[in-house]
Amino acid sequence: MKEILNLKNVAVEYDRHGRKVRAVAGVDLTLNSGEILGLVGESGCGKSTLGKAIVGILSPITGEIVFDGQKVKKLTRGKRPEHFRNLQMVFQDPYGSLNPRRKIGMQIADGLIVAGMSKKLALLKAEDLLEKVGLPRNAVGRFPHQFSGGQRQRISIARALAASPTAIIADEPISALDTSSQAQVANLLVNLVDEFDMGMVFISHDLSIVRRISDRVAVMYLGKIVEVGTVDQIWNNPSHPYTRALISAIPHADGTSFMPKDLPGDVPNPMSPPSGCRFHPRCPLAKAECASNEPELRKLADGRDVSCVLQTAGSQPVTITLN
Amino acid sequence: MSAILKKFKRSKNANSIWRQPLAVVGISIIAIWTFLAIFAPWIAPYDPNAQDADKFLTPSAAHWMGTDELNRDIWSRIIYGARISLPYSLLLVVLSATLGSIIGAISGYAGGKVDAVIMRITDVFFAFPGIVLAMAVAAALGPQIRNAVIAITIVAWPIYARLVRGLILNAKQNDYVTASALLGSSALRTMVVDLRPNLSGPVFVLASLEVGNALLLLSGLSFLGLGAQPPAAEWGSMVSMGAVNFDRWWVGLFPGLAILTAVLAFNFIGDSLRDALDPRTAKALRD
Repeated sequence: MKEILNLKNVAVEYDRHGRKVRAVAGVDLTLNSGEILGLVGESGCGKSTLGKAIVGILSPITGEIVFDGQKVKKLTRGKRPEHFRNLQMVFQDPYGSLNPRRKIGMQIADGLIVAGMSKKLALLKAEDLLEKVGLPRNAVGRFPHQFSGGQRQRISIARALAASPTAIIADEPISALDTSSQAQVANLLVNLVDEFDMGMVFISHDLSIVRRISDRVAVMYLGKIVEVGTVDQIWNNPSHPYTRALISAIPHADGTSFMPKDLPGDVPNPMSPPSGCRFHPRCPLAKAECASNEPELRKLADGRDVSCVLQTAGSQPVTITLN
Repeated sequence: MSAILKKFKRSKNANSIWRQPLAVVGISIIAIWTFLAIFAPWIAPYDPNAQDADKFLTPSAAHWMGTDELNRDIWSRIIYGARISLPYSLLLVVLSATLGSIIGAISGYAGGKVDAVIMRITDVFFAFPGIVLAMAVAAALGPQIRNAVIAITIVAWPIYARLVRGLILNAKQNDYVTASALLGSSALRTMVVDLRPNLSGPVFVLASLEVGNALLLLSGLSFLGLGAQPPAAEWGSMVSMGAVNFDRWWVGLFPGLAILTAVLAFNFIGDSLRDALDPRTAKALRD
């Protein structure tokens, strides 16, 4: 397993009428080839912002993002350096992510033509890619409106594949699809990651899908990563109170074993984040020190990282039970 | 542009342009004028510049629309006038649409200071009545039809720049523009490949609505003596001769009617094109 993406202390700020909003406030994260890293968290926690920063749509104000040995730079008006074309993104909205006035074959072939392939060859390759994502070869001559949301998302994926990516940031790629297409697109992503040995950051708020397809999961709260671990670790023994609350908020069909546990209060305003641990005003287990000391990510004995004072670096995780 | 026209011919749906009576009227009128212009030497009963008749003959069987101050047959001059008015108004629209679209695209894509400067310049142009500005430019360059064309182009481009800028601002928000940049397209390539297809429809509609305006401005400048020069048969300058000889109603009335019918026809076509092409209206009709 090769490390393909490395984030160190990445922070991203937005300017809202002169006031700075720190949507991502110092994130450390790694992504390996051939793995799917689920990135979960509530709406507004900074998942998408982080995704955009990784590919270079937004530029971080501190920290650095290293992709395959080179530091990611912000997208400019010029051509994107060839090295970074292997770092691609799949967008959430299957309608806005394809040009409604161009045939999809040309949209997929674009990446190849830019890289210097002849138009004829690129269109042939586009047919191969369409086949790869489960669409008929003759779809190259059609326009986006002739496809359903799920099919469009597969076309977007084919377009990203045209750049032979080694890492893909999938920003809520299935949130806008209906349930049956969700499963198909999710399966497609899993198969492609296996086949091409790429790394994928799968940004989602749908925990059950993340659980099914991810190898590792990073949980984000208010611009910070609170816990990163394997799917088993996160689901069976969450070691951060927020992860615990998030996991128990998944409704279960039997309705008996888990009841959704509401956290007190709302997500705080990122313009003025709480002092100390960002989660402490809502944390049922908060101690006095949580209001003043911001906990660092610590590595536990089972290999996961967590930022909570209840856990001690190098020890086995303490089981968290709320109320 | 030919692709757009092809689409019309194929589409037999409710908002096809051929289903709109006004469009059919407009297209017919322009077709007649075009026919007259092309075959002028065979259709016109007299040489437009021949001074064979008497001056100020009232309309009669020999001279359908009478003769003017210089003994020339007005109907023949109107037919030959179509050879100036129609091609020049189309040329004007092509020139100003091209110029305005390029400037607008730069403005919309560059954003920031470039955008602000270009938009303030268009504001200045919008603050003047078009004909006044065109008069000033044409007068400065000297009375010649070529200079009138330059003057009107200078007056007419800002409206296209505004439209295209807005369209680009809107379109560049789309994820597909970002995706294209991520794949390695330069901004210029993105504009040409991804954004241009979004522009051709609206620009084409605006241009078709502006043909009438261009014709009016051109006739206006000629009326004031700043456009086509005598003895060229131009509708605007013929009306101007009618204005001097106000008591001979036929001298000014018939070329005026020629301008009226052509401008009206172009506006009918433009309006119908807008209804047929406007994605929102068209979509509302389909859904």
